[in-house]
Amino acid sequence: MRGWGFRAASAALLAAGLAFTELADNPYYFNATYVVLQALIMAVAWNILGGFTGYVNFGSAAFFAVGAYTTIFLQKAFGLPLPLMILAAALVCGLIGLAVGYLTLRLKGVYFAIATLAMGIVLETLVNNWSYVGGAKGTFMLTPDEHLWFDSYSEMLFMIMLVLALGSIAVSRALSSSRLGRGLAAIRDDEVAAECSGVPTLRLKLVSTTVMGAMMGVAGAPYPYFVTYVDPISAFNLFIAVNAIAMPMIGGTSHWAGPVIGALLVGSAQEVITVTISSELNVLLVGIMLVLFITLAPQGIVGLARKHWRKRS
Amino acid sequence: MFSADLLANAVVSGLLLGGFYAAVAIGLAIVFGQLDIVNIAHPAFVIVGSYTAYILNSRFGLDPVLVGVLAAPLFFIVGVAIYRIYYAAFERTGQESLSGLAFFFGLMFIIEVTLILVYGVDYRLVSAGYSAQTLAFGFVDLPGRMLVPFVVAMTLTAAVWLYLSRTFMGRAIQAVAQDRGALQLMGADPVRIKQWAFGLGIATAAIAGALLIIIGPVEPSVGRQYIGRVFAIVVLGGMGSIQGMLIAALLLGVTENLVSTFYGPSWAPAVAFGVLLATLAVRPAGLFGR
Repeated sequence: MRGWGFRAASAALLAAGLAFTELADNPYYFNATYVVLQALIMAVAWNILGGFTGYVNFGSAAFFAVGAYTTIFLQKAFGLPLPLMILAAALVCGLIGLAVGYLTLRLKGVYFAIATLAMGIVLETLVNNWSYVGGAKGTFMLTPDEHLWFDSYSEMLFMIMLVLALGSIAVSRALSSSRLGRGLAAIRDDEVAAECSGVPTLRLKLVSTTVMGAMMGVAGAPYPYFVTYVDPISAFNLFIAVNAIAMPMIGGTSHWAGPVIGALLVGSAQEVITVTISSELNVLLVGIMLVLFITLAPQGIVGLARKHWRKRS
Repeated sequence: MFSADLLANAVVSGLLLGGFYAAVAIGLAIVFGQLDIVNIAHPAFVIVGSYTAYILNSRFGLDPVLVGVLAAPLFFIVGVAIYRIYYAAFERTGQESLSGLAFFFGLMFIIEVTLILVYGVDYRLVSAGYSAQTLAFGFVDLPGRMLVPFVVAMTLTAAVWLYLSRTFMGRAIQAVAQDRGALQLMGADPVRIKQWAFGLGIATAAIAGALLIIIGPVEPSVGRQYIGRVFAIVVLGGMGSIQGMLIAALLLGVTENLVSTFYGPSWAPAVAFGVLLATLAVRPAGLFGR
């Protein structure tokens, strides 16, 4: 997809989203699409580090939760408007990403993966013991009364999420086709060779951990308004981290479209299964799909499609 | 709040806890320390061990430690099978860094969710004669539910250490860790040795799981708290050194217990991860690393 094509598609999606808020009134539609879009941002963010450089982040849920808790803190302390909170969440989570990356990215990739797991538990313990934001009991968030011209607050949240999702896809796409993205791909293929040919590997990796962290924070920032009750168990839920890994892996990690395809596919399937069968089974299915895809089709759907077209041509 | 007997009790029960941590970490010390396979699903297998002990204990009244020992060969076979899949799908194609990690993550998740689906999130426990008894030396208490796991864990650690340093197969496992190519030149098959070692690592999880459920009630997501602990112990111990691993486990047990005694138990989970992050940042080779 060339530049103008992508922009036209984004504009069309935005218009469709606006039309959707005008036409539909069943709040379930907005809640369901919100959940899928949230997972999409997380998947795109994970892929910026995981897919482009090959470093695995298991702590996605922690970045997400820090984003959510930044909102809660700012709401309680200053009562800021949502866009400012989203910015603040991006800043805080970007800095955390940078710090974790700086501590561990000079070591083998495995240590980064374990450190992100570790970071999740440390942050969860901190939040559990921080009574100002609710501690282990959790906290309630009141939904503000005003919602611009939308019919309800959840419609506005859906629109905000759509804008954020399109924005993160644009960032990921721009990264992958830029000079920076080629540097990241070089790191994934052979880090030593990349370093030897003059790619500033550490700096590039730090850029991508920062962008990844910021984007995950952005995905988490509106969450407290969406669910209206947040506790550490739900915000740091392992399922968020599993989804963030499974969606890019299933869609294909080597292309920016991979996590988008994976998120739309797996996310919608999850919504359908939750409604028709059960939410526990849905959680199990994601795990099984993840393991099956990485053992049998490590290139994901994008890889399968590429292979298919190559055979035909 | 601070007193000498409180401190003494915290240190002693920390040592007992640390000894038990050694049993949980020893499988990973083999698999991650020697074979370089990042099995983050190891604690999940420990939880499966706990549930095995729970089922056989509640149904037939078998002793949990006995169940652990009996289940170990089964776990060994499962471990061998998992390594075959891991080798065929990732190690042979050089995909282990990204896909291999995600594979074990998915495996951990599947085990946890399956246990929740079958047994729910209720805490399960076992009954054994010694778990309610307590030995007292002066003002230091040695509760049976901590003492028995400690003794079994020490026996297990000693047995694995003897196995790795004295037997032919044990030395072959250490050789795989050092130089795979040289091993092939000696006419040994590294894949078969690694498969054996991986099976051994998973087999220890059966025993560790039985010990875990003697110490306290278990529910499926408890395993996640152990991911940080076991990796902290193995990394701090210097990757693959059994003695280093044991010292690191005891250190962590005592530190965690001191923190939970003097600051409150809600801070204890962060200790292991703090230790791990600090080790990675300051001295990634560990205390006893090469």
